Amino acid sequence: MASRFGNSNSIWRQPLAVVGIVIISFWVFAAIFAPLISPYDPLAQDSDKFLTPGALHWMGTDELNRDIFSRVIYGARISLPYSILLVVLSALLGSIIGGISGYFGGRIDAIIMRLTDMFFAFPAIVLAMAVAAALGPEIRNAVIAITIVSWPVYARLVRGLILNAKQNDYVTASSLLGSSSLRTLVVDLRPNLAGPVFVLASLEVGNALLLLSGLSFLGLGAQPPAAEWGSMVSMGAVNFDRWWVGLFPGLAILSAVLAFNFIGDALRDALDPRTAKALRD
Amino acid sequence: MKPVPAKVSVFRKILRGTGFFPFIVKRVLTSILLIFGMTFIAFSITQLVPGDPVAANLGQSAYSDPEIVAAFEKEFGLDQPVPVQYLRYIQKLSQGNLGISLSSKRPVNEDLKEYFPATLEIALIAVVIAMILGLVLGTLSAVTRDRLPDQIIRVVSLTGVSMPTFWTALVFFYVFFFLLGWSPGTGRLDPGAEPPPQVTGMFTIDALINGDFATFRQAFSYLLLPAIVLAIYALGVLTRFTRASVLEILGNDYVRTARAKGLPEFTVIRRHVLRPALLAIITVAGVSFASLMAGSVLVENVFSWPGLGQYAYRAAVGLDLPGIMGVSMVVATVYITMNLIVDILYRVIDPQLRKAEQ
Repeated sequence: MASRFGNSNSIWRQPLAVVGIVIISFWVFAAIFAPLISPYDPLAQDSDKFLTPGALHWMGTDELNRDIFSRVIYGARISLPYSILLVVLSALLGSIIGGISGYFGGRIDAIIMRLTDMFFAFPAIVLAMAVAAALGPEIRNAVIAITIVSWPVYARLVRGLILNAKQNDYVTASSLLGSSSLRTLVVDLRPNLAGPVFVLASLEVGNALLLLSGLSFLGLGAQPPAAEWGSMVSMGAVNFDRWWVGLFPGLAILSAVLAFNFIGDALRDALDPRTAKALRD
Repeated sequence: MKPVPAKVSVFRKILRGTGFFPFIVKRVLTSILLIFGMTFIAFSITQLVPGDPVAANLGQSAYSDPEIVAAFEKEFGLDQPVPVQYLRYIQKLSQGNLGISLSSKRPVNEDLKEYFPATLEIALIAVVIAMILGLVLGTLSAVTRDRLPDQIIRVVSLTGVSMPTFWTALVFFYVFFFLLGWSPGTGRLDPGAEPPPQVTGMFTIDALINGDFATFRQAFSYLLLPAIVLAIYALGVLTRFTRASVLEILGNDYVRTARAKGLPEFTVIRRHVLRPALLAIITVAGVSFASLMAGSVLVENVFSWPGLGQYAYRAAVGLDLPGIMGVSMVVATVYITMNLIVDILYRVIDPQLRKAEQ
């Protein structure tokens, strides 16, 4: 990886990327050590409610007097792993479909590409809402729903890369030597794909987190009493005059998405220009 | 009926041709096929996942009564086998009929006529705001590349695309309605106010047509806040894209020539950089217009804006397939039409593209 991204434009030289890495490290740390960091049980309730932020409750409390700071910390345990899982699933699914399309070409390719066109024309959130509602509101189902709508970007990228790579002599040589299609696809072509797919995935983690918390905000993702950032913001929407209820979980989402975007941007810029262009198209 | 050979051959000629007219015909035909294909995808996906639209739309007591369930299924054709349901839907769709909504129990066409203009109104304003600001910020960012203004604009635009829309809406609502009192609140008009007679369905325009300036001002004050929130995401996208296009063009020889001729920098940017960049920027603006309409789901939820997004949400929760399809069709049609217009524009403007295809 180090040689691919080069030394002169290593992402460690880009200040924004470093900021991103620091923020994500913070959230990873928060997720792992949540029970040690948070001063209260994120689900503990009592008879008070809506305490303003202060020395006892840094970010105040919500309508069941649960400590918002503790809930925001615990929220990292839901939002981060599920959005990364979501991106991994979409990247895998998209790469497999795009790989088949690009490698076999012809009619299969034509059919798959029309299929991705249709998915692109679909308003992703509408389809995701429908699938999430049909599967039943639960964070796992929201992940499945968003995966179903977000694989086509990867399929397009992988197909394009394979079409390019197929023109190389070593691929022809490999198939002339009698390698099976599957072997050619996996052994010879995969190294060409790993870098760009990884970069695209890193650019998509932020979007995944936004969509996932959006579905939870609408009540189609994580369910109460789970401490999930999107559904915590929806509590803030119900009680909009208590600014702290929605503000802090939203800031948590913003910081994590921004950090992922900083890193993704830097990774893309660090790639060689040809693949960077394939990512933009 | 006998086939008419002459007509068929003309049709074939059009499809095989490379001129401008065949190109448009081909694109329109593929667009229509695309829409029909989408209905198939939506139908298959919603059939594959479990979920009972009858349970979602009937109350608990009604759902436990088999007679009511049977009547409901019969009314909406849910008692038929799935392929038959799909064929019936397609049949109606080809006549422009989107079916009856399971959740509102009204024709989807009528529902959309009511909800679509509300979303169109905020999305149009949002895209205009985003385009003007995006063009200015993106160009400024590109010409000051790697210097302070560029750094600031890049962070700001990245922040724009990273903000959760539902949260931004909430923060704006709190600040401009609750704290400052500048915004009149949620909805499209004051409670009890009479909407202007429907022509376009967009209250501001209808009020103007009617010459009713008081209603225009009121409708405008209600829509400004949701439109601005909606614009933020698109603004981030457009700023970043403008910057990239302008940077690419700045590297061209003719820009160096223009500078060498001693033209003032402002003229070089305006005439030799922005003009060619504009087309690419309009492309992205067009495509992001469709995503704005989809993005309105979350904004409308916070502002209780009775638009397509709210309708889509209700349809999704009610597993109301005709409703979901109706919304998707509308957004997809906007998306496809935008792409089509852009493709046509490209062919009109760029002679190389025409040549390449021949």
